[in-house]
Amino acid sequence: MPYLAKIKVTLRQSILDVQGKAVDHALKNLGYRTVESTRIGKYIEVTINEEEIVEAERIGSEISRKLLSNPVMENYSLELEHIK
Amino acid sequence: MSEIIVGVVVFPGSNCDHDTEYAVASFSGIKPVMLWHNDHDLQGAKAIILPGGFSYGDYLRAGSIARFSPIMQEVIDFADKGFPVLGICNGFQVLLESGLLDGSLSRNRDKKFLCCQTTVKAVNRATIFTSLYKEDEILSIPIAHGEGNYFAPPEVIESLEEHDQIVFKYSDAQGLVTEESNPNGSLKNIAGIINRQGNVLGLMPHPERASEKRLGSLDGRGLFESLFRHIACV
Repeated sequence: MPYLAKIKVTLRQSILDVQGKAVDHALKNLGYRTVESTRIGKYIEVTINEEEIVEAERIGSEISRKLLSNPVMENYSLELEHIK
Repeated sequence: MSEIIVGVVVFPGSNCDHDTEYAVASFSGIKPVMLWHNDHDLQGAKAIILPGGFSYGDYLRAGSIARFSPIMQEVIDFADKGFPVLGICNGFQVLLESGLLDGSLSRNRDKKFLCCQTTVKAVNRATIFTSLYKEDEILSIPIAHGEGNYFAPPEVIESLEEHDQIVFKYSDAQGLVTEESNPNGSLKNIAGIINRQGNVLGLMPHPERASEKRLGSLDGRGLFESLFRHIACV
């Protein structure tokens, strides 16, 4: 039974987010005065065909660390959803 | 005397491979061979170059997918054994993603893709890649990148400085390392670094584009010549 791994990859706080800054300026120019800050990350969906959630989670974490995120500059979070 | 082989890896999306081959071939006694990313044969190369370009379209992160190309197993093995590996621009990104060098490269500070001549200072000439440069020699070498902003955590920067692993820094024409002379926001104006072992170098500027008089600068030749003299002697 497949699981849908929902992975969010975000820049560490110490990293300058130039894209986020550009979007933030644009939002302020659009008149949203109460918008304080903007940071941009990635959302990745991976379908993992495993029976056990423990195995799906193991694979999800491994691929997140190995390829989907760069630990030097990014954090990731993993959520699993059972696909019926 | 038979020619010494230097391997130039070609990933899908590499676009500086032919320029690199051309520059390497201009040195007598050196024969460049192109190594397709899907192969496992380094064809007797005594040095490996990962060229510039947009491997895998820079998808996910620049160099992140090329880092897992089949030939990278041999390249990493080659580097672990102490043989020379040079990463130029996207090649530098692949070396960082593979862990052969420490740190990361992200989007340029001012968000623009920069394609221009730049001034770098060779701050460490005690490497196999820079032995023919004078100490703190100022070089005119072009850059062409959108993600050249070098970052590493404080403890890594400290270690790089302690072990003289910073090899090139962006500077002005007088050799002053200033914020104004930093095109992309790299920490400490870092343009190129070497590993602890001294055999793996990555840099963002393109020495192969500064290897012929009609391109405007010959300053890139010193890097190649230092490397080729080294491999000719071992």
